[in-house]
Amino acid sequence: MNNKNVIEVENLTKTFGDFTAVNAISFEVRKGEIFGFLGANGAGKTTAMKMLIGISNPTSGKANVAGFDVFTDADNIKRNIGYMSQKFALYDDLTVKENITFFGGIYGLSRARIKEKANALISELGLQEVTNQLVGSLPLGWKQKLAFSVSLIHDPKIVFLDEPTGGVDPITRRQFWEMIYKASYQGTTVFVTTHYMDEAEYCDRVSIMVNGKIEALDTPKKLKEQFNVATMNDVFLKLARSPSPTLPKGKGVNTDKDYNHEKKSSPLGS
Amino acid sequence: MRKNPPLWGVRGAYMKRFIGFIKKEFYHIFRDRRSLFILFGMPIAQILLFGFAITNEINNVDVAILDHSKDANTQEIINKISASKYFSINQLIINEKDIETVFKKGKVKAVLSFEKDFSKKLIKDHEATVQIITDATDPNTANTISNYVNNILQNYTQGLNNKATIAYQITPQTRMDYNPELKSVFMFVPGVMTIILMLVSAMMTSISITREKELGTMEILLVSPLKPLHVIIGKVIPYIFLSVINATVIIVLSIFIFKMPVQGSLILLGLESVLFIITALALGILISTISATQQTAMMISLMGLMLPVILLSGFIFPISSMPMILQVISNIIPAKWFIIIIKGIMLKGVGLEYVWKETLILFGMTVFFIALSMKKYKIRLE
Repeated sequence: MNNKNVIEVENLTKTFGDFTAVNAISFEVRKGEIFGFLGANGAGKTTAMKMLIGISNPTSGKANVAGFDVFTDADNIKRNIGYMSQKFALYDDLTVKENITFFGGIYGLSRARIKEKANALISELGLQEVTNQLVGSLPLGWKQKLAFSVSLIHDPKIVFLDEPTGGVDPITRRQFWEMIYKASYQGTTVFVTTHYMDEAEYCDRVSIMVNGKIEALDTPKKLKEQFNVATMNDVFLKLARSPSPTLPKGKGVNTDKDYNHEKKSSPLGS
Repeated sequence: MRKNPPLWGVRGAYMKRFIGFIKKEFYHIFRDRRSLFILFGMPIAQILLFGFAITNEINNVDVAILDHSKDANTQEIINKISASKYFSINQLIINEKDIETVFKKGKVKAVLSFEKDFSKKLIKDHEATVQIITDATDPNTANTISNYVNNILQNYTQGLNNKATIAYQITPQTRMDYNPELKSVFMFVPGVMTIILMLVSAMMTSISITREKELGTMEILLVSPLKPLHVIIGKVIPYIFLSVINATVIIVLSIFIFKMPVQGSLILLGLESVLFIITALALGILISTISATQQTAMMISLMGLMLPVILLSGFIFPISSMPMILQVISNIIPAKWFIIIIKGIMLKGVGLEYVWKETLILFGMTVFFIALSMKKYKIRLE
């Protein structure tokens, strides 16, 4: 495995009976990268992601996540990744502190380490006032930010975010992305799915899945050039709308030859 | 290759994760009023309800007397009846037509009607008739009332017979073993205990597991290093604990409030209860694997578990008087076997040597349900 790649996927396939949900996808994700994983609903994103986080067995192909094989070493993968989804926003009937303690605990952190992490996290998010309040009483935006921080509690190599900003307001989304940038800056790889195309612009590289296949993969800038459009939204619409993608094979799926790891600068400023 | 930490370290870490998990489960339970009520309110309410309110015994039933004879014998009988704690004389009526009127008013449940010249006939023909008319809108009560009155009358005739001598009389003496006073609470306690354990173990577990599915937190737990099996065990342990507490509360209540004897070994009773709790938990896990929402889990638990437990386990309706097909079906209901076992232990004081067959059947069912739910659970993970 290439030292710089934390995820390597080759011809990964998942079929359910006759239906091929994920059709031989191949890609790599580099260390510290923010990798956008886009696709319309039902394109196979979630299935692909489930295979990468070790809760669904691939039908065929190869995949290596955080240095471990998804077929044989799912346990080690689980120890080295974080996960957060829009659907999940911590336990509402537990307090902020209890949530942190619980998730720290199931990742095997020592009590001292949990305490240290909890304090850092609480002061970073400015939650001192509400540490002992039930999470259910917090605004959605706070919950999402807290959930993201909690998913990083065990310092995972990669964090998988499944539509993390669904349903939150633009200001919180912006703050959320600042947190993502920070994590990425500190060396955590971020693998994120989203339906917001402005968020796709923030990613280092973006892949777009259509009908179980990755039909495009590149930096947002290059994708826009390639499709000759002004925004990622248009790129997405062009790809997702075409019933049978007309791209010549290999052109859309960009391997790493012409990719330069651009110096990270948040488009949001800092 | 990463070096593995020493084994005890891994175990220690696992234990710690586990304890954290169980702690979290208790937070869920104690912070949810609904589940708290089901866990602690229900058992107490049910046992008190069944013990006090729902009963086959009669006490101070109002009766009316229609005495066409008004002689020494009828007066003696009336006195005997009003002296018993089962009846109180509500009123004396003088007309056949009044019978219907008093029944319609609802308070009077039985009317005793003595025929004309009761004493004379008794002396002359050695036979006189008293009619017992009961309000059979509630057939069970009517039956009991008529039995009680019959008893009193028989008693009275016997007294008369002792004075005069009459040859050849068979007096049946009935003895009700194991529940001499026919206290219905003795019958209900094992049943209520079965229901509660089923409810707490199966329904609460299935709801709590589907809740994690519904909220999406199950996914998070499965992505974590916790093994799926550990997640399930962690969710189930608090309910084993609470079910044991519940069983204890029920037994203590029935001993101290209803003076129910526990003739057999308490330890055996406890162990059998734990076995049944595990059966119910396995069923709960099974239900959670086939239902996507808490509502579904609750409906399946109520329809699929509670109804059979109430109707087919022999708790209320005797199995022997069911149609053949239902008798056969009742065999696959774990509660039936559990009720046989605990009735035996509590009321008859039998040991394992008498209930080993039922225990074995229950054990077999438990193993089967655990295997099935584990298999289903794994399939779902794929």
